[in-house]
Amino acid sequence: MTDAVAPPIAGSPARTRKPRSWMRRNRVTIAPWLFLAPALIMFAIYVIIPIFQSIWISFYEWDGLGEAEWIGLRNYEDLWYDDRFYTSLKNNVIWLVLYMLAVPAGLGIALFLNQTVTGIRVYKSLFFFPFVISQVVVGLIFAWFYNPNFGIVGQVWEFFGANPPSILGDEDLVTYGIIFAGLWPQIAYCMILYLTGLNNVSPDQIEAGRLDGARGFRMLWHVILPQLRPATFIAVVVTVIGALRSFDLIAIMTQGGPYGSSNVLAYYMYEVALSEYGFRYGYGSAIATVLFTIMLIYISYFLWRMYQDEKGDR
Amino acid sequence: MKPIIKSAVIGAAVAATMSGTAFARDLVITYDDLNPAPKESFEWVIEQFKAENPDINVITNINDREAHKTAIRNFLSADAPDVTSWYAGNRMAPFVDAGLFEDVSDVWTDNGFDETLASTMPSMTIDGKQWGVPYTYYQWGVYYRKDIFDELGLEEPETWEELLEVSRTLSENDITPFTIGTQFLWTAAGVFDYLNLRQNGYEFHNDLTAGRVAYTDERVRATFERWNELMEAGGFIENHATMSWQDALAPFVNGEAAMYVMGNFAVAAMRDAGLSDDQIDFFQFPVINPDIPNAEEAPTDTWHIPANAQNKEDARKFLAFVARPDIQTEWNKRLGQLPVNSQAEVGDDKFLQQGFEVLNAAAGIAQFYDRDAPAEMAKAGMEGFQEFMINPDRLDRILERLDRVQERVYN
Repeated sequence: MTDAVAPPIAGSPARTRKPRSWMRRNRVTIAPWLFLAPALIMFAIYVIIPIFQSIWISFYEWDGLGEAEWIGLRNYEDLWYDDRFYTSLKNNVIWLVLYMLAVPAGLGIALFLNQTVTGIRVYKSLFFFPFVISQVVVGLIFAWFYNPNFGIVGQVWEFFGANPPSILGDEDLVTYGIIFAGLWPQIAYCMILYLTGLNNVSPDQIEAGRLDGARGFRMLWHVILPQLRPATFIAVVVTVIGALRSFDLIAIMTQGGPYGSSNVLAYYMYEVALSEYGFRYGYGSAIATVLFTIMLIYISYFLWRMYQDEKGDR
Repeated sequence: MKPIIKSAVIGAAVAATMSGTAFARDLVITYDDLNPAPKESFEWVIEQFKAENPDINVITNINDREAHKTAIRNFLSADAPDVTSWYAGNRMAPFVDAGLFEDVSDVWTDNGFDETLASTMPSMTIDGKQWGVPYTYYQWGVYYRKDIFDELGLEEPETWEELLEVSRTLSENDITPFTIGTQFLWTAAGVFDYLNLRQNGYEFHNDLTAGRVAYTDERVRATFERWNELMEAGGFIENHATMSWQDALAPFVNGEAAMYVMGNFAVAAMRDAGLSDDQIDFFQFPVINPDIPNAEEAPTDTWHIPANAQNKEDARKFLAFVARPDIQTEWNKRLGQLPVNSQAEVGDDKFLQQGFEVLNAAAGIAQFYDRDAPAEMAKAGMEGFQEFMINPDRLDRILERLDRVQERVYN
């Protein structure tokens, strides 16, 4: 192919082969790197290098305008004594735990929808709908929904003659309220992952299971779930990342309030570094570094466990 | 190779024509209020300026207020307009310190603003120089539903006792005394400022926002005690932590709450919500300690020239223009606020007349908690106010936390 396409180079017709031979010999090794190069360069410039930059900034005190002042680990020391930071960290853990409900809930809905009934596609797309809506809209809708004066939650409580709670104004309820709003689209996402997974479940194995007398839950647990492992893996990883970087719902629904009680690390970082009353870039970077470390540990652990499982299988 | 050369030539040509158009005296002005009345009045001013300066090509950008607050840090250093709106006091200090605002003392001396804008000169001055020009300010105070007061036979309270009495009467009649929406925090600061100005006076309030007094000081505690008395007398609407100041208008308009500690810009919103001028009225925040002269809250909005502006000459012209008495008179009439220039006339709106009187008699003018205190302190302080309004029993912990923040911020 290449021979046919290459135009003859004037003056050196006999020696054309030699310079190409190195490329030829190694082209299997080189080709993927050539194709990957643009993406790798972009990834390095916009993802990898900024990670190190922000770790670097976390050792400075800097307002983003003037001179940055080297203060070593002082930002981390401040974090250690910062109540707001612990509130955010605690909320992050609550997010992480409760957000995981999206995985079994998504699986449940997927199993329920994995039937052949007329119009099932319509139902499937209706269930998937919340994921298509922007998080900002989800946040706004739920903020109205929770409003004790005119929201439906308030109306229901009043119908039963009770005094409606102000979910987004109560430091004990606010985080759960936001997580619940976040679960709505996340369940839809997990559902779609499981639906595609279910398409690939091999009918032979189900048949075999049935012959061996497996039904209902045992069938699900021993035959179907193992085959859904790739879908579960993706669903868990995506949900963990979604929980740790929860930001938009908090920004829309409460701005971290009341008095910082619904803050999570991602939003707290934005607040101290970039919002109206913030502009402590060093401190924000320190929070980002902590968040990054948590994600790194969590996700590495998952990848490692998945790898072990795969190895065990083969 | 050839296409690359070609596009380079085209690029150079485009760049040349672009710098060619920038040559023709563009003046880029960035304004920060999309609300109907301010936007309209700003557009009117631009029309006037264009009419007087036909040779200047004015380009305007109008941002949302909250967005402007975050965007300004970027555009001042990266892509500066020639003129931008901002706020007086501590709010402009970071930009002055970072060398991003132009020293415009010459505009003040050339136009005699030292005299005509004397009232706001201190809040525009850092290091003995002026860094911008004010175009409007507005009084804060208590707006109330006159019809509800009349119905219950209530008078405008002038002392603290009277205010508490009014609040008790209102809540006995199932009307919440005060509406407020603290989701964006600053509304609570308005209440704090007034309580502190009346309880401890202007000097003390300044010392507090300048970091010279601790929050655990007995006198600050006394301010919070007053606040607690007010809450016990019926106080503020519930669920305020989930509402913006606009959301909090609803109970006021529906007659579920009767008073609102607010700035004069709220009047336009109240009228838009359907209240007539017979239904709304204004009184000065009542006296707490009769020995302390009344200081008032009147935040000033201002114009500045970024240090990186392209066309500073015409920008200076615009600054001189917006501070002129005739322009300030007409602009503020449309805006529904007060002109800063002492030779300007105040609109005949009853709230403006009253506010003008109140401010003229004031023993001192505070900018606002979040403009007087540095940003970081303001944020922590206002969160503390909000927390106190929901959990008054946590006062000690809140004040101790504020002391810790204060120690870090001011050192």
